[in-house]
Amino acid sequence: MTGRALLSIEDLRLCYDGRDVLRGVSLEVRRGEVLALMGLSGAGKTSALRAVAALQAFDAGRIEVDGIALEPGRVPPQSRLQPLRRRVGLVFQGHALFDHLCVIDNVTLALTHVLGQTEADAQRAAHALLSALGVEARANALPARLSGGEAQRVAIARALAPNPPLLLMDEPTAALDPARRSSLGQTMRRLAAEGRGLLVATHDAAFARAHADRVAILAQGVVVEAGDPGDVLERPRHQATRALLAAEG
Amino acid sequence: MTGARPLAVAGFALSLAACVGERPQAFRWGGDAEGGAPFVEADPADPSKVRGFDVEVAQTIARGLGRDAAFVQVQWSSLDQAVERGDFAIGLSGVEDTPTRRAQHAVTIPYFEFREVLAVRAVDRERFRRLADLRGRRVATLGATTAYEILLAARDSTGIIPVSYDDDVHPYTDLVAGRVDAVLLDHIIAERALRRMTPNSLAIEPGAVALGRYVGVLANAHAALRDSVNAVLREAMRDGTLERILRRWQVWDPSQGKLFERALREPAGPVAAARVTAPVATALAYLPALARAALMTALVSLLSMALAVAAGLAVASARVYGPGPVRALAAVYTEVVRGTPVLLQLFVIYYGLAGIVRLPAFLAAVLGLGLNYAAYESEIYRGALEAVSRNQLEAARTLGFSESQILRLVRGPQALRYALAPMTNDFVALLKDSSLVSVITVIELTKQTAIYATNVGSWVIPGMLCAAVYLVMSLPLAHLARLLERRWSAA
Repeated sequence: MTGRALLSIEDLRLCYDGRDVLRGVSLEVRRGEVLALMGLSGAGKTSALRAVAALQAFDAGRIEVDGIALEPGRVPPQSRLQPLRRRVGLVFQGHALFDHLCVIDNVTLALTHVLGQTEADAQRAAHALLSALGVEARANALPARLSGGEAQRVAIARALAPNPPLLLMDEPTAALDPARRSSLGQTMRRLAAEGRGLLVATHDAAFARAHADRVAILAQGVVVEAGDPGDVLERPRHQATRALLAAEG
Repeated sequence: MTGARPLAVAGFALSLAACVGERPQAFRWGGDAEGGAPFVEADPADPSKVRGFDVEVAQTIARGLGRDAAFVQVQWSSLDQAVERGDFAIGLSGVEDTPTRRAQHAVTIPYFEFREVLAVRAVDRERFRRLADLRGRRVATLGATTAYEILLAARDSTGIIPVSYDDDVHPYTDLVAGRVDAVLLDHIIAERALRRMTPNSLAIEPGAVALGRYVGVLANAHAALRDSVNAVLREAMRDGTLERILRRWQVWDPSQGKLFERALREPAGPVAAARVTAPVATALAYLPALARAALMTALVSLLSMALAVAAGLAVASARVYGPGPVRALAAVYTEVVRGTPVLLQLFVIYYGLAGIVRLPAFLAAVLGLGLNYAAYESEIYRGALEAVSRNQLEAARTLGFSESQILRLVRGPQALRYALAPMTNDFVALLKDSSLVSVITVIELTKQTAIYATNVGSWVIPGMLCAAVYLVMSLPLAHLARLLERRWSAA
């Protein structure tokens, strides 16, 4: 494990709709590492990801990404978040592609309008990303015409285009068949090997076991157990982990 | 007990029917109480009743026919059509004796002679003595009247600008306000205006521009009833009843006596009818005026829609992005404008605000329609903006777009697609609602058609022509919208 953590979350508390969703979550993601954040649905995985991406306010604790800190209280205005935005990419569960733009434009839009790249440079970078993810053939398709797996790879390409060191993924295996899951896992490993950190919210134990470096089990608003996937998932010590594995069947 | 009740009810109904049967059917006459005193006005003591010299003339006629007079309210410009439809037996409300009316309806002998007089601002008394002095000036009158015909002729001969109103009060208020430079109307109406307006603000030029006469109008098929009415009118002229009525309403003058003498001297034979022009020739004659009016409709609609889109976007943005008070203000605007009639809004903008800003009619029309439709557009845009999925907006945020970039690049373009169909719908509706601006003197397609229809006495050809022009304007819009929708959904 090399150097300082890319993402560190300390004692994160978050109340949503009058419910204590997170009650003191702490975890770290280092460069080159895939951390699977596991838990039953409603455990607060998505809230944690949204707090890190500054889409959701939190009430207490601290989040730091590559030296950029987020404080409790209201989400800062978009204009003040640029340094964080450069460091965090988020792949939404439902992909959230821009419906009115074709695949290539979904990927180039931020490159030209946020990073100020020329159209030609943005096109080149986008084609390279789409090609690496195996969806270059769909460059001119509208999102409505994509399969679930294709849409997800486009969403990954879009999130990666500004080259953020930290990539957040929310339930990436939800709409994928087993072959696609394995290919997604390999992509994640490759991204980690490039030096990125990945925080992946999932309830898919088999997927986590196969592709994550570490797992953290989230239950009742706290991390109840964390460590090597082999240890945690083969020999669960906490009741919540056993319940998660049982639900997985 | 319960069995006896139906019998009792039946008995009562029978006796009621017998009562009604004994009395002669009421003599229904049509007039417009909006015309006001001294013609026909709502009685201040009992607003459900009407009073005025036309009311008393109608009562005299009814009495002479052995019947009771019953008043039917009808819009003045629709009197001829309503009497032909059979809504009432006779129309009496300052109805002018014109060749067209004589050609198409049964018309009584005249019972009053009026002078078409020119009213001007008191300061212009010396400047504008005759129509010829008003070259290049705006001269107002009531639409579909002899006075309007005189102004149309003067437009071609001396170059005045005729302005047509839907009522006979606002020409004078607009004269005082400076929107027009003279008003040509019946002397009774001019003198009434003189009494009502601020003292010494108006002056009536002494010379009459033309003479006219009021008659009763009956359905063309009712020539026999018309002859009976004429007999009653002659008797009322002979025995002084009519003179007493006119004196009571302070409209008697020596020229009425001469009119009565002529009427009593003339034989009771049929009155000469004007030559009827062939419908095709009339239609051709009206085509240039209709084309001008259609252009006005298109112009008012296009500019109003442009304003509605711009203002609608501003209001919708305020409602979606604005802070609390701005959101509330925008919501109030939308609800107030949507909740009140556009006709009222047009009146308020044109007449109501005249004390503060004197907007030209065309500008008032575009403002009124545009700001009214802005309320509807803003609701469409708000709905469309909120229909774009929140996830896409958040995805854009994580990519670092500014809020204005998100609106411009992500939310706006998608909202536009959602808004397109309802917007087209609104534009077609606006095209037709533009006919309302005729109430503030803008002559557009429907108004011009109504003038045409009044003059030829039929709505058949004018109506078909008018409908065709509206369709020619609205169908391409619908087609364009379908085309865009198809392209965007297929892209």
